[in-house]
Parts: sequence; C-alpha cells; structure tokens
Amino acid sequence: MSLAAQTSGETLYIQHFGNEEARTLDYYLRQMKGYQALKKALAMKPDDIIEEVKKSNLRGRGGAGFPTGIKWGFIPKDSDKPKYLVCNADESEPGTFKDRDLMRYTPHLLIEGMVMSAFAFGSNAGYIYIRGEYVQEARLLQEAIDEAYDKGYLGKNILDSGFHFDLTVHRGAGAYICGEETGLLNSLEGKRGEPRVKPPFPAISGAFGCPTVVNNVETLCAVPFIVDRGGEWFSKLGKLEKSGGTRIFCVSGHVKKPGLYELPSGGVTLRELIYDYCGGILDDRKLKAVIPGGSSAPVLTADEIDVVLDIEPLMKIGSMLGSAGIMVVHDGYDLIHLIYRITKFYDHESCGQCTPCREGCKWMVNIFKRILNGQGRMEDLDLLVDLSDNINQKTLCALGDAAAGPVKSFVTKFRHEFEARIRG
Amino acid sequence: MSKVLSEGFYKDMKKLEPRYPTKVALLLPALHRAQDDFGWLPPEALDEIAEYIEIHPAQVREVASFYTMYNLKPVGKYHLKICTNAACSLMGANELVKFCEKKLKIKCGETTADKKFTLDEEECLGSCGTAPMMMMGPRYYENLDPESLSDLLDSLE
Repeated sequence: MSLAAQTSGETLYIQHFGNEEARTLDYYLRQMKGYQALKKALAMKPDDIIEEVKKSNLRGRGGAGFPTGIKWGFIPKDSDKPKYLVCNADESEPGTFKDRDLMRYTPHLLIEGMVMSAFAFGSNAGYIYIRGEYVQEARLLQEAIDEAYDKGYLGKNILDSGFHFDLTVHRGAGAYICGEETGLLNSLEGKRGEPRVKPPFPAISGAFGCPTVVNNVETLCAVPFIVDRGGEWFSKLGKLEKSGGTRIFCVSGHVKKPGLYELPSGGVTLRELIYDYCGGILDDRKLKAVIPGGSSAPVLTADEIDVVLDIEPLMKIGSMLGSAGIMVVHDGYDLIHLIYRITKFYDHESCGQCTPCREGCKWMVNIFKRILNGQGRMEDLDLLVDLSDNINQKTLCALGDAAAGPVKSFVTKFRHEFEARIRG
Repeated sequence: MSKVLSEGFYKDMKKLEPRYPTKVALLLPALHRAQDDFGWLPPEALDEIAEYIEIHPAQVREVASFYTMYNLKPVGKYHLKICTNAACSLMGANELVKFCEKKLKIKCGETTADKKFTLDEEECLGSCGTAPMMMMGPRYYENLDPESLSDLLDSLE
C-alpha cells in the first residue's frame, strides 16, 4: 500500500514520499508549484512574512514546539553581524524518521523554505546540519542545491530580487547531542558537540558568535505553503488553537502498519492513530505501552491512549509530543529491557559536562542491569525515582530531562512489573 | 613528515573553505573526507589535518573521539552497524546481533581475523518504521530478518 493511501484529509508532503521523481527540480516546478512562493515572498516586506508565519501558528517540529514566527522575531534588527539560518536535520531522537523522507523526496521544498525564511529575518548564509549517517540524503540534498544554484534560486541576486543566500550541507558524525541546538552549533563550528550555557540564546549569539535561527526540517518545509496560501489557511489545518498545520507522525514498533502518517495537528487521538490508521497491534496482541514523542517522552499505559495527539494535550497528561515519534509496545515485550535499553542510549550519548546526567545515567543503567540479572532489590525502585528527580531540570540541556522522564514514568506506571521481577 | 592526505582531499577542502567564516569549521568535513580515503583515521592523517587547519593535534583528537562515526582504529572491509535502539529492539534487532555474532564468530566491537567484517551495535539511525535495520558503508538495509541478513552477508565478496 502506498504511503499516500495511509492518510486522510489535506496533506502537504506525504503524497510525494516514495516517489523518486519528486526530488527533481522538474517535478517540483510542475507538480508542487515549486519556487512560486519564493517569488511572492521576495516581493513582500520581510516583516510581513514573519507576521504571516506568526498567524499560521506553526510550531517547531523538532521537539520543543516553540512558535516559529516568534523565534524569528528574536533576531536583533540592528545587529551589524552576519545572521545565520541553520536547519536542524540531525534527526536523532529515537523513534523519529520523518525528516529523512522530507530530505530525500522533497529536497527543493526545504531549500525554498530556507531561502524565504532567511529573507524574512535578513540572513545571507545557511547550513543544513544533517546527521552523518544520512549519507544518501546528504548527497541528494547537495544535488538539489546544485540544481537550485544553477537556476538562480540560490546564490547571488535570487530571481532578480537583489537578495542573496548561500546554502551549505554540513554533515554531523554520530552524536545524539548535536540535535540540541547549541550542541549542533558547536559541532558546526568544528568543536565537540557540547551544549552551551544559555543565555545567550542562539538568536543573539549562535553560529560563529552571530545571531542565528535554528529550525527543524519539517518546520522549514511548511514555510512555502504558508507564504503561498496564507497563515490563516495553514493555522486552520490544525484542529486546536495555537497549533497550525499538519504533522508527520512516525509510528514504529508493534503495529500492523508502521510508517509515516500526515494528519492535522491535534486532529486524531493516539487510539485512532494506532487502531484506525496503523491497523492495530501486531499479531492482534494486547497493547501494553506507548512512547508518544520519541524515546525522551514519558511512557503512556494502554489506558491513556484517548489523548489527542498534540503538544498541549500530551503535556497535560505528563508526557510530550516531542518529535512525534510514536513507539508502540505489545504485551509480549519485556518493558524492563526496553527502559534499560533507552537509558543505556542516554548514558552513551551524555556529553559528560553536567554531573547529574553523566553520573546519574550510569547509575540508572547499572540498576536496570541488576534487576534484569535477577539481583534487583525492592528499594531500587525508589532509588530510580530519586535518581530521576535529581537529574531532571538540573542540567545545561534537555538530555538530562530526556533520560530522567522515561525512567520515572516506567518505574511509576509499571511498578508491578518491576516488583514481580525483583521478587523473582 | 611526508603527506598522507590525498590530492582529492585538498581539492575538496579548497572548495569548502569559502563556505565557512572560520577554518576550524572545516574540521568535521575534513575528518569525513580523510576517512573516505582510508576507511579509518590513521594518526598521521589526524596530524596532517591539524596542520592544514592550523590547530593543535590534540584539538583534532578531542573532536574526532567525540563522534562515533570516526574510526580511530581500522575496521573490516564491511562494517556492519546494527541498530539496537528502542524501535529496532522491539522488532528483533537483538536476534540479528546474536545471529551475526554466531555466523561471523566475533563479538560486537570486533573484526574478523580476515579483516572482512567488523560488527557493531548502533544507536538509532532514523529508520524506525522499517525496523530492524543496519547501516553498512553509506547504505541502509531495512526490514531485516536473520534470513535476509544471512543472504546479504553471503553475497559480499
């Protein structure tokens, strides 16, 4: 079954996924009104573009959900330093795989989105920081960029507007922490990808000490649609207030039809996504748990899946939508092994700057290991919660919270499973 | 000291230089480019990169060792990186690892005596909808099971 058939309602991206032809400039111009919105944008006042993006209620698709137009508005107008636009294409949150398809099937959409975003806040240079493992995607992006330079959509005097913008693909080299925007900026500068102390925020001092906007791939891909059809139209694609557009949900794990689903923001519940769109649980087993927003999101039980899939509703029940990476777990899988594996990941990826994260992750991994080996103690469960509380909110970046939240939620919501294992 | 980095390396770097406001920003691209030539990053290559970028060799090493994609020791002709993170684990990645360990008679992190295969567990590679999967060279191999993986390994020269 094609991906397009897996979804319903108006979609912006997903109908092009899986189509090798979609990545060519020719297809983009003919089938996707390619670079027409750019023409329109370059004739607008930059501030009017920012206004339109604010009106669209586009919120960052990388995980934090920050309103994009407001982020652009933080860039100082009076600075005489160069300004940078950096696309965060690190896509390293476990469970997330949407940006990969956006880049390999609709690279020109990303390029067009970046040119008009840069125009809106006055940047003449941009980078796409793509995770190192996306070798093919980096190559395809580069080919599209070369094509765009050739035809005058990038470079000097774009479409005779007097505006120039240079775009460079910069490959990461295998480090989850480089998805964190200041870790990413250090990595771009040729350093270890260690997050920075904030403030100053990137809008004031980002790449190379200059004002910088960092936006996710999916976020930037929305911009041409917003300019073309208006902020209000985009906003109404979403079903909740202050959350516009469609969203690409990445579903993996124990469902019959894993994959990408593009649906209105806040338009479906987690139950509908799993049972109506993804065909239900693999082998018709019972649902046990769902991680709704990448592995950093606190876990949900089978009783919590009537939640509407969007930023605020998930926050209200103590989890998060994050990067919309949804991992589904059936009752045949060992949850203790799962949280052990997730915690091992954070331990491996902790950059080591902050003691609570560096040491705490290691301790949590060791405790899970001993529970799995049959040497767990009942007091270990409170100790895990205590450790989690002492990491959460006590580190420079969100990796600490990302490690702590899942542990606390697994141990609290599935305590009976841990107790049974410890009793033996 | 004789040069070890290729002409192609310097040519590609020259092209990249104007894309960045500092020379240090070329460090990650330089490490990637050098590894493309050698399959790993020999100490002499790291030193020459330091010289080219005009930074201390220790600075090159502290960066190279931070990122998992840079091989600071030689790897086999085929470097199997099997994702065992959450989504791939849910779909049977651990069986793939066990299968490879048995078939190749090595443990994760090791290279076969004939230097043909290196086996590693990998963190999430962003291919969770087609799990379990692995990366080998520049390519992803998705929706794997022990049979398809076995066929793939047998087909490699």
